[in-house]
Amino acid sequence: MGKKLIIWHGDLTSRRALIQRGLTFLSGGMLWLMLFLVIPSLVLVALSFASRGSYGEVIWNFTVENYERLMGFSAFGWTPDYLYILGRSVVVAFLTTLISVILAFPLSFFIASRPPRTRYLWLTLVIVPFWTNMVIRAYAWFLILAPELPFAKLAATLGLVPEGAALYPSVFAVYLGMVSMFLPFVVLPLYSSVERLDWSLVEAAQDLYSSRSRVFFKAILPQTMPGLSVGVVLTFVPAMGTFVVPDLLGGAKYMLVGNLIQQQFGASRDWPFGAAVSMALMVLTMISLQLYRRRGEEIELL
Amino acid sequence: MKATHPVITSLATMTMGFLYLPLFGVAIYSVNSAEKSLLWEGFTFNWYLQLFENEWIIQTAWNTLKLALVSTVIATILGTLVAIGINRFPWSRKANAFLDVLLHIPVVTPDIIMAGALVVAFGALRAFSDVFEPGMVNMIIGHITFQIAFVALVVRSRLASIGHDVEEAARDLFASNWYVMRRIMLPLMLPGVVAGAMLAFTLSLDDFVLSFFTSGPDSQTLPLYIYAAVRKGVTPEIHALSTLVVLITVVLVVGAERLGRKKEI
Amino acid sequence: MNTNKEKNLTIQNVVKTFGKVEVLKTVNQEVRAGEFFTLLGPSGCGKTTLLRIIAGLELPTSGKVILGGDDITSLPAPKRQVNMVFQSYALFPHMTIYENVAFGLRSRKIAAGEIQRRVAYGLEMMGLDPMKDRMPDQLSGGQKQRVALARALVNEPDILLLDEPMSALDAKLRARVQEELRQLQRKLGTTFIMVTHDQDEALVCSDRIAVMNEGQIVQCGSPEEVYDYPRNKFVAEFLGAANLLKAKRCEGGVSTDIGSFTLAKTPEWHEGLVAIRPEWIRIRESQPEQNGLLATIQDIVYRGTNFDLLLSPGALRVRTNSFKHFKVGDQVWLELPAKELVVLGE
Repeated sequence: MGKKLIIWHGDLTSRRALIQRGLTFLSGGMLWLMLFLVIPSLVLVALSFASRGSYGEVIWNFTVENYERLMGFSAFGWTPDYLYILGRSVVVAFLTTLISVILAFPLSFFIASRPPRTRYLWLTLVIVPFWTNMVIRAYAWFLILAPELPFAKLAATLGLVPEGAALYPSVFAVYLGMVSMFLPFVVLPLYSSVERLDWSLVEAAQDLYSSRSRVFFKAILPQTMPGLSVGVVLTFVPAMGTFVVPDLLGGAKYMLVGNLIQQQFGASRDWPFGAAVSMALMVLTMISLQLYRRRGEEIELL
Repeated sequence: MKATHPVITSLATMTMGFLYLPLFGVAIYSVNSAEKSLLWEGFTFNWYLQLFENEWIIQTAWNTLKLALVSTVIATILGTLVAIGINRFPWSRKANAFLDVLLHIPVVTPDIIMAGALVVAFGALRAFSDVFEPGMVNMIIGHITFQIAFVALVVRSRLASIGHDVEEAARDLFASNWYVMRRIMLPLMLPGVVAGAMLAFTLSLDDFVLSFFTSGPDSQTLPLYIYAAVRKGVTPEIHALSTLVVLITVVLVVGAERLGRKKEI
Repeated sequence: MNTNKEKNLTIQNVVKTFGKVEVLKTVNQEVRAGEFFTLLGPSGCGKTTLLRIIAGLELPTSGKVILGGDDITSLPAPKRQVNMVFQSYALFPHMTIYENVAFGLRSRKIAAGEIQRRVAYGLEMMGLDPMKDRMPDQLSGGQKQRVALARALVNEPDILLLDEPMSALDAKLRARVQEELRQLQRKLGTTFIMVTHDQDEALVCSDRIAVMNEGQIVQCGSPEEVYDYPRNKFVAEFLGAANLLKAKRCEGGVSTDIGSFTLAKTPEWHEGLVAIRPEWIRIRESQPEQNGLLATIQDIVYRGTNFDLLLSPGALRVRTNSFKHFKVGDQVWLELPAKELVVLGE
């Protein structure tokens, strides 16, 4: 196009000048993202093929030993510890997402059916925990699960935990924490879809199908797919990488991939291995989302 | 809208209870005079008063605020410029797709990976300057990195809703580029910019992971402080502090909501 | 208000392509100073693009726009003494009505006193004075339109452009606003160029109408000319419900499926179309001397001030206001007067 003059929304200029002006606007932020996000991420990829020196420094020799270690191979033979952590993270993230979705549906329908005045109040009530600090929301469960309170006492009576013990750290506490952490991430986008639901389609489905579950899967679920998809992504991605909740509520017994990464960049100071675990987390997240996308399309096609 | 089934109503109320139960727990114990036990021993405001006498906590709160303010200001400026750059210029479809991906990277990357990448980046940059020692500067840089994208996305959607009509009308009424920017685009974008800034501010207050990875001994923030304290054992003082943080969140959320709704009328 | 009454606008060989699509194919048109000129056509015919080229919001791919002898083709919008009323009105939502109207004057840094005087006059003229401190979203559609008009007119433009100015108004209001617009233009003597797809609007307001189709001006003339004497099938059909008859040229006129008719002017083609407006077909008690036709009433449509009769053969439509004798099934004599039968070109 070169120097050819154009008029862009009333402004006489050339295409090149316009592009230059656009780039000026973009340059600051884009440079920043390049410098502190894109390049460091690429370095992280490279780092995962380096190795750790004896003082925690990085030795730039191309090796796949970090990945071998992640797969469980070491000088002492094969152990599935790290694979367990990876698998467990996927399972926790999956179940957290699933439970959140199941709980989010009644809540979204409930909010959408409120009169407009109170609807905003209910929405605000969902938004507040969304914005409340994770650390506070995680540790708050300490109080609820403390041995002095009815919940722990009930569990003790049922013989689930020893008398006088708290309900944390435990797998149960991790799930409790995770679901309460990520539930608002599903409710908010799902609600925006439910609000726009076309009820005439639901009524038509009620005429067609006798069972409630078929009405739900044929008429309601497809219509709420856009919001639900956003909610699932918003929940699954951070749930995969979370480390605050398992750290506070799961203790050392229930390590997730987030804790593993944190250890490597923190106490162990093994950056190359940390980078390799990060890569694994990224890949697992991408694969899961891809699988979900394919399933999601099937649901929409039904 | 259809009437809700009682089962749905009770499930919804229980879910809300589940979200709020822990927070209420913290609030209640923040005014319980028992120090060690979790049994109710009477109402007190002492824990709150103690907070304000604890210089370390005051310093930490100040750090949190400083981090949020500085990073928000810089991220809002950069993010707004990026949004204008993306929305108001005739980019090819490919360029648009590239910019879109770049903006969404910080949104979909697990924050722990971003934190890891930043640790590595600062480690390398330390070779050039002491500024990149763990501490406030690193934290600010880290926060800006994820805030930019959120601000840009919010402002961009606002810009998209403005359309090119008013811009053309202004030029038709003899306005220069600068005049259009100052009198039309900036005022019309402002609600989006404010919303983006509030989002960035809240994200910064909310962040734990990035701060945890990039902080130094002199740059503790409230979430870091609470985390460290909780690992040693919860105290009523921490409950009081947490309750205050939650209350500030409520004020911010309700304020943002009000602001957003007023602008819609 | 207008001081430059002698500025004619000439559009010379204007072509506009977007990528591979030719939106305007060599348009030539003169718009006289002080006239109300309308570009009429279906959506996608290029009329808005032509308007935007005149406004300076678009550059033609080739060709020239000349205003009062000056070539303004590559002059951008801010440098043209041409102002526009946008289809959406594009009022500035964050400014009061007063500030909206004053915008064009302020951006040119005109003296404060002068701004005040002209804005006050503009608000007064459009009856907006009582609401000058309101925001645009507190106004009705009709009021918004008047703000948009005032905002453009206080700049005393050589030409005022109006892009579908009625499309945001409801049907009832539209009829009144059309007449008001016409009166306003008469009073000011400013050149108005309006774009519309609504034939009523064009007929009510305009001194001259240019009918556009597929990037070209098909016919240009006074409302009476284009309505009564459409040049081709497109114009005849686009402007109201014309009766079209397939015809063959014969001695003294044409022969059609429903009979032979005498014409005022012999067609140049052997086979083609003739058209007649429903209101020009006469109903006779007995067989007329010329161009008569015996037809049966198939349907009667009540249209407020008049009635449409639908007749066979030929699915003819006749507009009349003396319906009382008729009922469905009646046979009547029709006369298709020779001077009202229009020969259509290609």
